[in-house]
Amino acid sequence: MKQDTDMNRRRFLGQAAAAAGLAVAPGVMLYEVQARPAGEAATSKQRWGMLIDTTKCEVGCNDCVTACKTENGWGASETKSSTEQQAQWIRKVKLTDKQTGHVQSLPLMCQHCETPPCVDVCPTGASMKRADGIVLVDKHICIGCRYCMMACPYKARSFIHESLSGQKAHAPRGLGTVESCTLCVHRVDKDGTPACVESCNAKGHKAMYFGDLNDPNSEISKRLKEFGGQQIRADLGLNTGVRYQGL
Amino acid sequence: MVYLQRHIRKLVTLVGLGILLSLSLTSQAADLKPVIPTAKGGQCVEKTDVMRKNHMEFILHQRNDTLRRGIRTSKHSLKECIECHNAPANDGKVARISEKDHFCSSCHTFAAVKIDCFECHADKPEAAQYRTSAKGGH
Amino acid sequence: MKAIRYREIDGNSLGYFALVGILGLIVAAGGLAALYMEHNGHWVTGMTNQVVWGMPHVFAVFLIVAASGALNVASISSVFNKKAYKPLAPLSAILAVCLLLGGLTVLVLDLGQPDRLVVAMTKYNFKSIFAWNMILYNGFIAIVAVYIWLMMERKMNVYSKYAGFAAFFWRLILTTGTGSIFGFIVARQAYDAAIMAPMFVIMSFAYGLAVFMLVMMASYKWSGRELGEGTIQRMKSLLGVFIGAVLYFLLAYHLTNLYGTENHGVEAFLLVDGGIYTKLFWYGTILIGCLAPLFLIFCRFTKNSNTAIVIACILVILGGLSQMYVIIIGGQAYPMEMFPGKIVESGFFDGGVKSYTPTLAETLLGLGGFALALIMVSLAVKVLRCLPVSMADKDVDPHYKAEAK
Ligand code: SF4
Ligand code: SF4
Repeated sequence: MKQDTDMNRRRFLGQAAAAAGLAVAPGVMLYEVQARPAGEAATSKQRWGMLIDTTKCEVGCNDCVTACKTENGWGASETKSSTEQQAQWIRKVKLTDKQTGHVQSLPLMCQHCETPPCVDVCPTGASMKRADGIVLVDKHICIGCRYCMMACPYKARSFIHESLSGQKAHAPRGLGTVESCTLCVHRVDKDGTPACVESCNAKGHKAMYFGDLNDPNSEISKRLKEFGGQQIRADLGLNTGVRYQGL
Repeated sequence: MVYLQRHIRKLVTLVGLGILLSLSLTSQAADLKPVIPTAKGGQCVEKTDVMRKNHMEFILHQRNDTLRRGIRTSKHSLKECIECHNAPANDGKVARISEKDHFCSSCHTFAAVKIDCFECHADKPEAAQYRTSAKGGH
Repeated sequence: MKAIRYREIDGNSLGYFALVGILGLIVAAGGLAALYMEHNGHWVTGMTNQVVWGMPHVFAVFLIVAASGALNVASISSVFNKKAYKPLAPLSAILAVCLLLGGLTVLVLDLGQPDRLVVAMTKYNFKSIFAWNMILYNGFIAIVAVYIWLMMERKMNVYSKYAGFAAFFWRLILTTGTGSIFGFIVARQAYDAAIMAPMFVIMSFAYGLAVFMLVMMASYKWSGRELGEGTIQRMKSLLGVFIGAVLYFLLAYHLTNLYGTENHGVEAFLLVDGGIYTKLFWYGTILIGCLAPLFLIFCRFTKNSNTAIVIACILVILGGLSQMYVIIIGGQAYPMEMFPGKIVESGFFDGGVKSYTPTLAETLLGLGGFALALIMVSLAVKVLRCLPVSMADKDVDPHYKAEAK
């Protein structure tokens, strides 16, 4: 059944591509197949996730963080807030082993938990998980109680402490509400890749992979199958969408 | 005869004054109405009177569809409203939500209905430049 | 036992107006602080993305916890059928509602979007303890309101017992709920403990009774009515028992935490080298909040002095606030353990102990909530017939002296 629809879609896309006269390689076309029309809702067929290879992540490199700031418009917008009060969607963490002195580096952001504590505790339902696993804050109904920030084990969320202006059109954010990494949902919905992953690859580090964890043929699934991947605080059993290698 | 003439003159003056008065009143009334900036060409996604009455429901519905379900059609999206209704004017610049000539504020200040959409949402198309340098907001 | 006569207090003495005036000023200051915070945003507070709950929550949680405890006197009379407590049951119920309203006001005014209260009241996520609590709080106010009415309406008196039962169970659930707000936070080492909920219940007994005793003694003294030795002594002993129970639970909480190796870090932080939190715990909670009042209550030289009892009550309240500070702020200041065995550094304050310095605004907001609760009680005893004309021993409990011998 699933194969049927896939076949149909593939045929449809093949025709569309032919009609548009695009010379697409088969591999690229396969990728195109997954594009979801704008009018269709996200479904649980997909579960978006990320894989971070800490062995490739460079100590001191901040490219993913910079890319996220540029993409989503945080970082320079808060002028009155103290550094402890400023938003931080993604941060670089440096780890030094207490025994061996071994140093590692990794980006840390919302882990898009499958059973997210932030969603469980939110009194209004503003914290929510989309069908495809992306965890978001519905700022329209967020009352700014910050219970989700208390509950998140990764300190992934930020509260906006002052009035903002000049937000990006695709990333609304403002006073008195909580926000966090959206997995660049506006890009994902257009079949794109999160800005951090893109920049990490563009700069040649290739420490971040993005893709569909439900699709056994996606690169991220294949890599996870081959090399495995750990969750931070796996003891909590949150089944995070962001996995790490070499932790 | 003279008597009649005088009366006619009086009448004419009165009528004239009346016309003047009503003219000035209507022009004042016109001043009171909001000046709604024109949009970027073409027809809105709904009829004007439908929009006037129901725009809030449309965007409310769309906001849930987009945010919660990932439906990203542009027909009723606030982003699209802004794309058309706060498109750059002849000088290539746009208004801020804090200014009266912003499409949304033009009516909302008139009707004294406070909106907080733009606490979070961009009040201009991504690429456009503001006309004034004053910091927006409230 | 004679029928008890209730009457409003006169409330036109200079002292009464001074009291209401001072409380009013504090409430006004708290209100202005809230406006200031809402207008500017939370950057004017000491709360950050590292310590997200601050002074307002210390006061709010204390008030909410004390609210449920303030109902003790009423519960003891209705549920456990202790006659001696019966006359004061209405005051106890009124105080409970006022404290709860004070605490909730602080909680709401601290929200990032206080004007979205409607959202909080209409959109419930039933998995959220916070949402349950909102239902519990509203229900508590409703049940206790009915209870007060039944107690004050002579004809309905017979039914007040059932409402008393309902209120008693409701408030146990309520405090369990408040404690669970923290107990269910698995993310933070200091909170993730089932004992949190019962510990909050015990704390509520002590804090609530302390506030009640102060309000009761002040009302009687300042309105020139008689309050018998028997009543005070009986409550005082009860307070002593509750304080002892709090001590026991604190001990149990920290011991069970120490049992798990993974918690050694946070325990050492709270008990040994946590700076302000360690000091607050030992000096504030244990010494000032537990040991000193216990001494005042049971020591041969002070146990019969009303002044000593008043001081003991105040100390219990201070100790309670300090304990809330340790739990709420201290629990957040301690870094979250994400990478065991590693030294963690980042541009977002990972790894280190987080600092929090409350500003005047948020402290005033908290105090304002406290004052709001008290001003409501002051007004209530003036307009409602909730205070017995006399609580003299001969009127309420003629056997007191005999028992004491
Ligand atoms: S990482 Fe934190 S914010 Fe993200 S889904 Fe999990 S609990 Fe929620
Ligand atoms: S701050 Fe907003 S998103 Fe977080 S728990 Fe409160 S209402 Fe929900």
